[in-house]
Amino acid sequence: MSDFLVGHYFYWFVFLLMTIGLFGIVLKKNLIKKVIGMSIFQVAIILFFVASASKWGATVPVLDPKLGAADTAKYINPLPHCLMLTAIVVGVATSGVAFALIISIWRRFKTLDEPELLAKMRHDPD
Amino acid sequence: MIPTNAPALPPLLFLFTGLLIPLAAFKLRRLAYWLALAATAAASAVAVSNIFRVLDGGAIHYHFGGWLPPIGIEYVLDPLSAFVTSVINVIALIVLIHARRTVEADLPEGKHVPYYALVMLMMAGFNGIVVTGDFFNVYVFLEICSLALYGLVAVGDRKSPVAAFRYLVLGMIGGCFYLLGVGFLYMSSGSLNMADLKAILPVLGARPEVIVALAFMLLGFGLKMALFPLHGWLPDAYTYAPTATSSLMAPIGTKIGAYVLIRILYFVFGLGFITKTVPAATIIAWLSAAAILYGSIQAMAQDELKRMLAFSSVAQVGYIGLGIGLANAWGLVGALLHILNHGLMKACLFLVAGNFRMKLGHSRISRLDQEARRRMPWSTAAFTLAALSMIGLPPTVGFFSKWYLAWGSIRNGSWVFLAVILVSSLLNAVYFFRVVERLYLKPADRPPEAEKSGAAARVRSEVGASMLIPTLVLAAALLAAGLLNAFIVKGVLLKILPPGLAGMNP
Repeated sequence: MSDFLVGHYFYWFVFLLMTIGLFGIVLKKNLIKKVIGMSIFQVAIILFFVASASKWGATVPVLDPKLGAADTAKYINPLPHCLMLTAIVVGVATSGVAFALIISIWRRFKTLDEPELLAKMRHDPD
Repeated sequence: MIPTNAPALPPLLFLFTGLLIPLAAFKLRRLAYWLALAATAAASAVAVSNIFRVLDGGAIHYHFGGWLPPIGIEYVLDPLSAFVTSVINVIALIVLIHARRTVEADLPEGKHVPYYALVMLMMAGFNGIVVTGDFFNVYVFLEICSLALYGLVAVGDRKSPVAAFRYLVLGMIGGCFYLLGVGFLYMSSGSLNMADLKAILPVLGARPEVIVALAFMLLGFGLKMALFPLHGWLPDAYTYAPTATSSLMAPIGTKIGAYVLIRILYFVFGLGFITKTVPAATIIAWLSAAAILYGSIQAMAQDELKRMLAFSSVAQVGYIGLGIGLANAWGLVGALLHILNHGLMKACLFLVAGNFRMKLGHSRISRLDQEARRRMPWSTAAFTLAALSMIGLPPTVGFFSKWYLAWGSIRNGSWVFLAVILVSSLLNAVYFFRVVERLYLKPADRPPEAEKSGAAARVRSEVGASMLIPTLVLAAALLAAGLLNAFIVKGVLLKILPPGLAGMNP
């Protein structure tokens, strides 16, 4: 059991980060803090992928004549890192759209506090 | 056209038109709409011709950059993806014909060009999700269409940015959960290719990582599909979005979630895994039954027509989910037929809501009366026909999809689901007849002076042909698909069924 806990310590860290992110998204009232929570959540998943591909004692995935091609344990799998480049771009784009929406919410309702926003929306005739 | 390129054609066509529109329409704004329409028409033609090609010659594989799977990304056009691409592209074409006038009315002129560019990106994402054979590629296209949709929702009325923000937060969580599921799947199997995974998963068996991967992927697309209780973003987004957006996203958007669910459950994990190893199908069926009842009851309480249709969408997604969860041939045929059926009727209903907004200036149920019907007889007739299909009266296609779902429930011995289908038809009748009754029977309460000049007030003011014809075409398609349902089911849907279900003969 302790082996399981210690051997996967990085994954525990990642899931702690995910929980912090979700906590921010669900419980924080300020919309900017929700976006911060979103970013933490996304970064946690990026770290999860990157960590899953790392190996001790392995090198970059470029064919090295000294190591040869037979033993794949000597090379790191590059695919998860490449996938995460796309995920980082997606995360940046999502945050950008979120901030654009927040600007237009602020211009219309002059508040970013969720309960206040909902109260203003309720009193607003359509 | 070269047949082997067929799978890649619709998404790339939309992607390039989406990039072309801001450049080409820089000088001439009106060009944006016609470019968008031309691209959608071309994609519809390709998609419909693909159905026949695939049914005759089997699945078409396209390898990007010539890299063979599982290393390269592969686009696959099999009967299921050919069917879904045709449904979404043809419906998008009909809605886009209608959209020209409503976009002019809803949006300031400077926003028309980016609006159509975003519509194209959204369609690129939808088509990409359907044709790709790679799980990570699904995520990329999912984010493309979601980002476009956030923008399309946010240009609506005053409250739309708030609705779009809520949609963005939930959409982002859905996308991330899906990505996490893909991560677990890749860690345990070392592959992202769907066909490859289908071969690997039986060897892995019921390992915890695989089950967790399935759970996260279903959670992610359950959010996108707005499957109860993950539907929280849907009512506000549909209500506050511009007419063109809600009539594009209501018939198409949730269907993509349903498609991915079918793809993951039946074509990758396989029937045995989702029924025997983990009770995924049963969970989806029960959630869907709850969605049907919850959506129908909420729809009864709404005053705004678009909001009522949004809650009815939650219920209709439930029917599709129920068909998927029944895990037999009748249920899946019912779900697939309901994808077509709900696409047609929800598009028709949202177009009528748009017509009401255009001519009456509102779409509040409590303010509709005979006057509205006198002014817009054809729109009202289309609404009534779509409502009948929603309830499930015989010649319309709505009856047949419910018929297959009911048969599926009986074959499984799930009497609860049968009861849910019957009760929900009654609930549908209640909330749609509430509107239809007002339109046909409630006398107009006009002020007396207007009564004197009654002849002038009764002048018919139906919407223009570019809005009326798409509405009527959709209404007629409901009847046509109902009458031709035997051909659709025998000719197309039965050929879609995955191995394990194909032997059964509804």
